[in-house]
Amino acid sequence: MMVEILWDVIFSFLAIGFISAFIRLAKGPHLPDRIISLDLISIMAIGFFVAYAVLYDQSSFLDVSIILAIITFLGTVAFAYYLERRV
Amino acid sequence: MQRSIILPVATRFLMPLMLVFSIFLLLRGHNEVGGGFVGGLVAASALMLYAISTSPSALWRLLPLDPRFIAAIGLLISLFSGFISMFYEKPFMTNMWIEAPLPVLGKIGTPTLFDLGVYILVVGVVVWILLEFAEDE
Repeated sequence: MMVEILWDVIFSFLAIGFISAFIRLAKGPHLPDRIISLDLISIMAIGFFVAYAVLYDQSSFLDVSIILAIITFLGTVAFAYYLERRV
Repeated sequence: MQRSIILPVATRFLMPLMLVFSIFLLLRGHNEVGGGFVGGLVAASALMLYAISTSPSALWRLLPLDPRFIAAIGLLISLFSGFISMFYEKPFMTNMWIEAPLPVLGKIGTPTLFDLGVYILVVGVVVWILLEFAEDE
């Protein structure tokens, strides 16, 4: 009983974080704000994958989060590289 | 502009990790999550991280062959894995496995060889595409 309430709390917090990061992505005044919010969204997607992996007892979801954690870094670096070159 | 030291140092630790993880994904495929395609994508992104942190021409020097040749070699390996079963008088691309599992690799067979070909093909093609984009500066 207690654990199920805990799952609801975890997923609602992750959803709130997702939505607020998406709002920043949509209206962020400058390009770096948008890049940082994309980074934040992918980090919270990692959180979702890990929570689902624990909830449904599927260890293969953890591989997705490992790959995403590695590739996200690369994506942010590539965006920053592009930003530095453009200015 | 002065280049930050964070990215080259992070690349030095992250690139071997990604290559090892791509091999892990390649070997675990077929029965569980993974396979040649995902492993190849992870390996190609490791190589792209190297290209971003140093320069695209450094990646050209790192590669043993032209990316087009790497892709062609992967395609040939995949094609060859289909012909193995024909030597044993079975139809083209019949799955054949060795009897006893090997120590590290596990139970390997012609699908493993096919996956290895897909891995090399994906690395070659993705690196080729991304280097074409990076060259115009």
